[in-house]
Amino acid sequence: MRLALFITCFNDTLFPETGKSVVRVLRRLGHEVEFPYDQVCCGQMHFNSGYREDAVPLVRSFVDAFEGYDAVVVPSGSCTAMVREYHAVVARQAGGTLPAGVARVAPKVYEFSEFLVDVLGVTDVGAYFPHSVAYHPTCHSLRLLRVGDRPTRLLRAVRGLTLVDLPRADECCGFGGTFAVKNVDTSVAMGGDKVSAALESGAQVLCAGDNSCLTHIGGLISRQHAGIRVLHLADILACTEALPDLQPYGPGLDIASGFAAEQTPAPEVTR
Amino acid sequence: MERYEANREARTVILDRLRTALDDRPKPPPVRRAYRRERPAGLDVVGRFAERVADYEATVLRVYDAQDLLSAASDLLREAGVSRLAVPTGSRLAWLTRLGVELVVDSPPLDNDALGEIDAVATGCALAIAETGTIVLDTGPDQGRRALTLLPDYHLCVVRADQVVGTVPEAVARLNPRRPQTWISGPSATSDIELERVEGVHGPRTLHVLLTG
Amino acid sequence: MTTSVRREPTFVGMPPFPEAAHAELANDVQRANLRAATHTIRAKRDAVVAEVPDWELLRRAGEAIKDDVLAGLPGYLERLEVAVRAAGGVVHWARDAAEANTIVVAIARAKGVDEVVKVKSMATEEIELNNALARAGIHAWETDLAQLIVQLGEDLPSHILVPAIHRNRAEIREIFVREMGRFGRPAPERLSDEPGALAAAARRHLREKFLRAKVAVSGGNFAIADTGTVCVVESEGNGRMCLTLPETLITVLGVEKLLPTWSDLEVFLQLLPRSATGERMNPYTSMWTGVTPGDGPQEFHLILLDNGRSDVLADPVGRQALRCIRCSACLNVCPVYERTGGHAYGSVYPGPIGAILTPQLRGIAAHRVDAQTASLPFASSLCGACFDACPVRIDIPEVLVHLRAQLVDGERGPRDRAEEVGMKAVRWAFEKPWRIGFAQHVAGVGGRFARHGVIGRVPLPKRFTGPVSAWFADRDAPAPPAESFRSWYKRTDGGQEE
Ligand code: SF4
Repeated sequence: MRLALFITCFNDTLFPETGKSVVRVLRRLGHEVEFPYDQVCCGQMHFNSGYREDAVPLVRSFVDAFEGYDAVVVPSGSCTAMVREYHAVVARQAGGTLPAGVARVAPKVYEFSEFLVDVLGVTDVGAYFPHSVAYHPTCHSLRLLRVGDRPTRLLRAVRGLTLVDLPRADECCGFGGTFAVKNVDTSVAMGGDKVSAALESGAQVLCAGDNSCLTHIGGLISRQHAGIRVLHLADILACTEALPDLQPYGPGLDIASGFAAEQTPAPEVTR
Repeated sequence: MERYEANREARTVILDRLRTALDDRPKPPPVRRAYRRERPAGLDVVGRFAERVADYEATVLRVYDAQDLLSAASDLLREAGVSRLAVPTGSRLAWLTRLGVELVVDSPPLDNDALGEIDAVATGCALAIAETGTIVLDTGPDQGRRALTLLPDYHLCVVRADQVVGTVPEAVARLNPRRPQTWISGPSATSDIELERVEGVHGPRTLHVLLTG
Repeated sequence: MTTSVRREPTFVGMPPFPEAAHAELANDVQRANLRAATHTIRAKRDAVVAEVPDWELLRRAGEAIKDDVLAGLPGYLERLEVAVRAAGGVVHWARDAAEANTIVVAIARAKGVDEVVKVKSMATEEIELNNALARAGIHAWETDLAQLIVQLGEDLPSHILVPAIHRNRAEIREIFVREMGRFGRPAPERLSDEPGALAAAARRHLREKFLRAKVAVSGGNFAIADTGTVCVVESEGNGRMCLTLPETLITVLGVEKLLPTWSDLEVFLQLLPRSATGERMNPYTSMWTGVTPGDGPQEFHLILLDNGRSDVLADPVGRQALRCIRCSACLNVCPVYERTGGHAYGSVYPGPIGAILTPQLRGIAAHRVDAQTASLPFASSLCGACFDACPVRIDIPEVLVHLRAQLVDGERGPRDRAEEVGMKAVRWAFEKPWRIGFAQHVAGVGGRFARHGVIGRVPLPKRFTGPVSAWFADRDAPAPPAESFRSWYKRTDGGQEE
């Protein structure tokens, strides 16, 4: 199986650790993943903001970069949903050979938890993470991809991990791409309620499959100095007894984990 | 009446606009009616109906013979403090006189004020739906015109067990659209205040159902 | 197709959504009211939907029936007209709000009345019928409890089904005590704020109006093309009062409200009550066909209203909004609506359906729209909860994104030059992988200046309002890492040489 990683522009730039985690988990399971350097962005921001024409070259470059692979794994629910659900819409409008290209490539694109559970058929990835975790099903994973219980099945199989319920889990966190800045007050109000729910859960870690949502939630947590950290599913699944809570974190991950370092110099969670 | 129907021009323009709007000729999709039409096999529809009506805070009494019927009706009317009872013209509810209440037959039709002053009304029904606990009135002879069951504050409805169907599709299939219909599911209610349901606004605030047979 | 008439009114003086939401969010009482109410109704809906094993099949049938109606709308309308006339009703056609209002006023005048009773109806809200009647010296009494609360409180509706959802019991009591006496029977002196007591006060207040009224105005939930039957779904009995007691009944119906056959009701009378109030069936559903001698109004007028609907129908993506049966399930599950309430949408159609219907009714497909209208398609995080709840499967997120494209690519909205420049810049950077690499490198260098990897409060001048200051008002952000993933992968050969 020729396997490619679509890191997403957001993770590439801000959360390289999550990409490394994906590589490590897959390698542990005996799979090498290629990183096509020509990849850039799925075009979601342009598409969702009304700049549909600007999304066309991005969709085209996506098809070019990933043509020929048997499977493409993506550590982001919303980018996966963009590719699988909406690239065809962009392509139809652009015409030419693009629709055919999208029809070939898009069905082979999997969100990380889908890839592990559906393609590789594993739920126990050999991870160890001795902390309590609440899982936030991000909207596009939940309602567009319908990943269902795949992420929680993966989490349940992690040794040492206690999965706790997140109250009102299916409510949107309020990120929503440019919504977060165009409708800042509403976005922050929604995010504030998500932070409260996370605190109510009593978990040490809030986990999700989208770093974009986690940046929003984590950004609120950091500003409020609320004592809970946020982590991408891949970053939890990458942890093992030998390498508990991988170090060194890039600075990006450290803040996304909700700890302004000055408040909590040595997060107890990491030990 | 034709004098009102002067805006023929608007008609032409609207229909034109709609036709132009459909220039892309959308293909009407096939309607798949794969949903359930019949009650689930083995369901006790009469029991289910009684249960579901009761969920609406209506009182349901099930009776099996004429003697039962009389005593149940008399209990209900006494409990509700009913002394005058409106009944439709073609009603087969004459037996109610034996309970010592005054029956007021809607013939000639009572005017609204008179009807509003009567505490209670008793009717039969066209059919009833188990799954939703609904009674359907279609102005048949034992139900009367629509206002009759609207203005009095108390409604006693007699439902025969053989009138109970399982599902909404079964009910729709049996009803005649030419007759005015009122589907009643429990007493009048509102959820307009904090989305909390309270029974009793403009329609009858008390609904009692006598289920016979 | 072009028109400059604003057919679906904006609440007077309403700013664009973000600003309106800012003000609404500051209203703590309203936020608590909305949170409690939406959570209550969601739980009820979920419970009664879960007990229907064939819910998905019903939704799909509902979707298909409505699509069939839209695809053949002119023919179905003609059929409906024939059936209603055959049953003794009168059919009118209204191109826009003004035309519809003129017809209603003319009928009321012909009957010599100075008041009408009204069943709550979105169509009559949309055409602002009450104002038109008032200008003609005719009082319109709203008889739905929530609508009465809004009318007495000189408030604006904030929900399709429960227009006073933003009010709690204490506020409602206050309004009743203060206002009822000005328009009829006053509220009892010692009125409690218990919902049962408030409903009883409304009953007494409205009773005399029902008994006196000669003319009623209603909307309709469904009209059957084959038979001419009109159906009104309600709870309180105010609908039955209006539809039964007066001598003349006027029903204003959006042209999209049709169903082809009588038996189609078997789908919609299952979908609507469970989606709307979370009940297996609503307390009262009334159906009538034209005029029935000796029973109910002896004169029936049906007004078929376009008012922008033909423009909505012309958009192959947007037309699905015309499937809407106004159940308001999408409002109740919407996380944005839950926080901002309905007023922020500045239209009689709030929430997710409002965000896609209002701009279309206002003609976004044909011409530029104002800033308030243009803000509506962006009033969503695209979370998709509305689509899952919608009984006729309207893909609201799809239409939102489609309308955003009309606003930006189609230049139907006010231009946001700063955003355009930003989007072009990002696109430029993304066109060649080396450019994104270069941008990441620059960001990474900048990130070294952040303390502990966190970018916290950003000191920007007050007047600087852009995405950056918006983000950092309440949120921190991670500083860009020194090394992007693609550099790491290249340097270490995918971690092999780490
Ligand atoms: S869009 Fe769907 S969910 Fe919203 S009100 Fe209309 S029918 Fe109901």
